[in-house]
Amino acid sequence: MSQELSVITDEQVEILLADLLEHYGYDFTGYSKASIKRRILRLYSLDKQVSFAEFRYTINNDTAYFKRFVEQITVNVTEMFRDPGFFKTLRDVVLPKLGTYPFIRIWLAGCSTGEEAYSISIILKELNLLHKSLIYATDLNPVVLEKAAQGMFAMSQMKQYSENYILSGGAKDFSSYYTANYSLAKFSEDLKSRLIFSTHNLVSDHSFNEFQLILCRNVLIYFDRDLQHKVLNLFDESLEGLGYLALGSKETLDFSPLSKNYKRVPAEKIWRKVG
Amino acid sequence: MKACEALIIGGSAGSLDVLLKVLPGLSAALSFPIIIVVHRKHGADSLLPELLSGRTSLIVKEIDEKEPILAGTIYVAPSDYHTLIEKDKSFSLDYSEKINYSRPAIDATFQTAAEVYRTKLVCLLLSGSNSDGVNGLISVKAWGGITAIQDPATAQVSYMPQQAAIHAKIDYTLRIEDMTEFINLLS
Repeated sequence: MSQELSVITDEQVEILLADLLEHYGYDFTGYSKASIKRRILRLYSLDKQVSFAEFRYTINNDTAYFKRFVEQITVNVTEMFRDPGFFKTLRDVVLPKLGTYPFIRIWLAGCSTGEEAYSISIILKELNLLHKSLIYATDLNPVVLEKAAQGMFAMSQMKQYSENYILSGGAKDFSSYYTANYSLAKFSEDLKSRLIFSTHNLVSDHSFNEFQLILCRNVLIYFDRDLQHKVLNLFDESLEGLGYLALGSKETLDFSPLSKNYKRVPAEKIWRKVG
Repeated sequence: MKACEALIIGGSAGSLDVLLKVLPGLSAALSFPIIIVVHRKHGADSLLPELLSGRTSLIVKEIDEKEPILAGTIYVAPSDYHTLIEKDKSFSLDYSEKINYSRPAIDATFQTAAEVYRTKLVCLLLSGSNSDGVNGLISVKAWGGITAIQDPATAQVSYMPQQAAIHAKIDYTLRIEDMTEFINLLS
């Protein structure tokens, strides 16, 4: 992004967001503006768009480009065992507690390309809980879900992921979980066996089940306060008593009226529903 | 000089020393916020605000997402997130792709701030070994803000301010010992 003055104004961003809502039913109006504008500018220059009018026309009339637009303006950066301390707490504290239940239902909201879903699956397997767990991994974006379902990640990332895995308390040989396929690491089928990938839009869709653990990390940072409250309510409705809610390292339940019903797990952004 | 509404300091390798030298002399009554975006290793989060806070009587804190930006406070960008400035003068954090191999990227903060604060923004780029911040300074200038760099001759790693001097229009080139006074005079 080297454009000196923004080629797209704030008003034009609003126009695009209104179009998406009207034509496609995607509501981005509650998203933080600075981030979404940066994403739009990035795509505009990446695709060498020549004018706002043409850009807008293409989004509204070319379904394939609309898909690309949604894929590109939503952030899909993720990694396996990101913030290893967080996954260590899942492994040592949260999942063993849930392990006493006959069945464990987990919702991973905003799962993007699936790296976290496979990370959780690995931990469940090592705790011998995978066979009695179901992980619903959802995202608003069908393109990333297709990738997630394949369970193939860049081989070049595996060194980093293996380090994260060890720091998160993993004791196995990380490479035993995948087979190298040229530049891709294909994760074993049994890790996938309890994963359900499905579209779900946090802005417009309702609760679809009751869970004992909901993870939604680095999604709320993109929402304004109103939308954050709305989504936290959705999670609250979808969480059983004594269930856990896990957020990203810079996200918090503190400003929500719900917080009085939750107790924080020390040192991590994980809250237990006690009220 | 036009009234300053925000000062953003970007730095990479060799910039911590500069901050530690500059902070002690800052006036306790700054009429604007200072936002510090420095590259550092992920995980060393709480250390930097603590370290800096020992050198100044101003409030030093790591940025929380959606936090309103207040005068007289020194904000430190968290590691592994981009810090963006919203139109209503609050922060939002962003976990998108690295820019110039960096997250936080100085460019992302400079560029979003440039549009918000326009002529009342001052951005200072310190020592560093890559060119993050250069595009940001170009944007700052385009929106009418003020650009400053550490004098490359005084930088532990001169590449970053040097690249800025080549590609962006720089208003002030500052030696370390002149930075404190420069900042105090922005009030």
